[in-house]
Amino acid sequence: MTRVTGYLIKDVSVLGGEPTDVLVEDGRIAAIGPGVPTGSTHDLETVDGSGLVALPGLVDLHTHLREPGREDAETVESGTRAAAMGGFTAVHAMANTDPVADTAGVVEQVWRLGREAGYCDVYPVGAVTVGLAGQQLAELGAMADSAARVRVFSDDGRCVSDAVLMRRALEYVKAFDGVVAQHAQEPRLTEGAQMNEGELSGRLGLAGWPAVAEEAIIARDCLLAAHVGSRLHVCHVSTAGSVEIVRDAKRKGWNVTAEACPHHLLLTDELAATYDPIYKVNPPLRTAADTEALREGLADGTIDIVATDHAPHPHEDKDCEWAAAAFGMLGLETALSIVQATMVDPGLLDWAGVAERMSYAPARIGRVPDHGHPIEEGAPANLVLYDPSVVRTVEASESASLSRNTPYAGMELPGRVVATFLRGRPTVLDGKLQ
Amino acid sequence: MKRHLLSAADLSRDDAEQVLVTAEELRSLADRPIKKLPALRGRTVVNLFFEDSTRTRISFEAAAKRLSADVINFAAKGSSLSKGESLKDTALTLEAMGADAVVIRHGASGAPHRLAHSGWVRSSVVNAGDGTHEHPTQALLDAFTMWRHLGESRPNGLESRRVAIVGDVLHSRVARSNALLLRTLGAEVTLVAPPTLLPVGVETWGVETSYDLDAVLPKADAVMMLRVQRERMNGGFFPTAREYSRRYGLDARRMGTLQDHTIVMHPGPMVRGMEITADVADSDRSVIVEQVTNGVAVRMAVLYLLLSGSESTLTEEDPE
Repeated sequence: MTRVTGYLIKDVSVLGGEPTDVLVEDGRIAAIGPGVPTGSTHDLETVDGSGLVALPGLVDLHTHLREPGREDAETVESGTRAAAMGGFTAVHAMANTDPVADTAGVVEQVWRLGREAGYCDVYPVGAVTVGLAGQQLAELGAMADSAARVRVFSDDGRCVSDAVLMRRALEYVKAFDGVVAQHAQEPRLTEGAQMNEGELSGRLGLAGWPAVAEEAIIARDCLLAAHVGSRLHVCHVSTAGSVEIVRDAKRKGWNVTAEACPHHLLLTDELAATYDPIYKVNPPLRTAADTEALREGLADGTIDIVATDHAPHPHEDKDCEWAAAAFGMLGLETALSIVQATMVDPGLLDWAGVAERMSYAPARIGRVPDHGHPIEEGAPANLVLYDPSVVRTVEASESASLSRNTPYAGMELPGRVVATFLRGRPTVLDGKLQ
Repeated sequence: MKRHLLSAADLSRDDAEQVLVTAEELRSLADRPIKKLPALRGRTVVNLFFEDSTRTRISFEAAAKRLSADVINFAAKGSSLSKGESLKDTALTLEAMGADAVVIRHGASGAPHRLAHSGWVRSSVVNAGDGTHEHPTQALLDAFTMWRHLGESRPNGLESRRVAIVGDVLHSRVARSNALLLRTLGAEVTLVAPPTLLPVGVETWGVETSYDLDAVLPKADAVMMLRVQRERMNGGFFPTAREYSRRYGLDARRMGTLQDHTIVMHPGPMVRGMEITADVADSDRSVIVEQVTNGVAVRMAVLYLLLSGSESTLTEEDPE
């Protein structure tokens, strides 16, 4: 029996370019070019890449894997399987687990679970404050020095609203080149908030989540980051005003990066009129004008990256009245399709731009050395093969996630991940998990 | 009429007028010695109340019983609801019992909508007040009361009539349903409140708004005072109860600026001395007690029209 040790991907379009061949051997990209030499000692498996776009393995800066604590919603293994199906080779696991990832012990546990699962590299995000309580800094240095090598710190799900605490966190992480990823939500302005504040929230009688509650925090944090000379990353930017503030901060040369989520690029607050909490997410779905501004911001680089905010929840947490339901929606398996639908197909972004927004830039922000490399000889073989020509109907039941809370069920989306390679090993092949 | 009554927006002008006409027929029943019709005999109406509301629950119960329906009252307190049972499981239980209509009061906006559209139950769903969203039967009984006083119970009787709705519009499901229904019926609505108690986007509702009660009162044909909860003060919506009363309360002096025919309404429960003084609440202009009577007739009409089709055959049936 021959042992497959390499893959020859034939006639694939690297970042949308002319079809070529890519040889993957020993976990690296060994050669690129039409008719690459294959006279090595390895046993090669050939993958037909015709019609497929090759992208660098996607990197998600914002994933909720729920383990430890909510293994009924997702585990590191199930979440990374979903990630692989979506073309991701690295994900950042958010800290709002139970126990909270606020110590070296918890982040190392999550990191180890990711290695054991083997579908995708897992980079734990450390909590900024102990227990996400917003009172006292967690041991950020211990997490940075741990085996998990944490560089991204976030209380995501909650805002570090105390200005002094935020300032200290921004200053402190400079010692290990860390970044604070802020969930921008002024808490007093959003008490009990259920959906975007606007004409519709008034009509539906659902408490509003005003855009200003996000924008006020982003503006403050940009000023703080500039003042202390540190790195700020803004999670899930959702409003046109936020895009404008980030654009202005960048123009001033401040070290600010920002992410947009696929659902905020595609869906709008009108969906709340169904009162179906499958559309309940934090920050909430906004207006069509906000969606438009996010797409423009992502196109011109104001928004650096797409991050999924993949947020699995068990069925019962969504099969109820709106106010009682949990915030959040699945995202890993549909992210690339939504970016194609909202950015590539309308001509706002080419495939090189997708590689930048979904692989290179998130890897840079997260300081992940093994991911986010251009597809070239010698680079780690972290790859996605994507077929942009097909149209698929999303079936919630087919998700690799343990949860089913996708807002796209029944929706037709373009594109499909055909294969994902993690260090030369396929985690997905022929559209199936390996 | 549609299968459910979830929002006042579900009612076309014809639907709404039909409810008023039917309620007028049914109201005469109240004057008969035997106040019962066989129209819904054998049908089951469940009152599913997740929030305390004695007056609305009793009103629906009386309405269903006068139409000979079987009534099951299901209240949160003392039932499995207080033990954390979900809305869905409660709904499945009611479905298994064979409810024909579920009258639901819930603290969460949209809960009746979920009940009607989630596939949990097949019965008709009537919204008896959900969160800060809507209370369509209250709007119908308010419209019915105005229609009798100002519209001579005739078709298009509320056309161009001016209605002022005063108070905590932001948190009021009564105001939302009334604004929708009165507009459908051709009335001109002005919402009067301090700016902090008007919802974002109210300018798209197709109603007038004002911060100045004194300017609105002389033109109004009906003035509806909304309950203002003192706990709103803690949210900083207004400085003190005293200041609120001074600016937005209806007292004898302000009542003196009303036209002779103008009626004063309140959906109850009143906070006397806060949004309305006792002498106004008990005055000849006040139709507050009549609103309660009309509530039963309107709810009878709604249940009848939802459960036995749209043809009005009430007059042919003998009282039981």
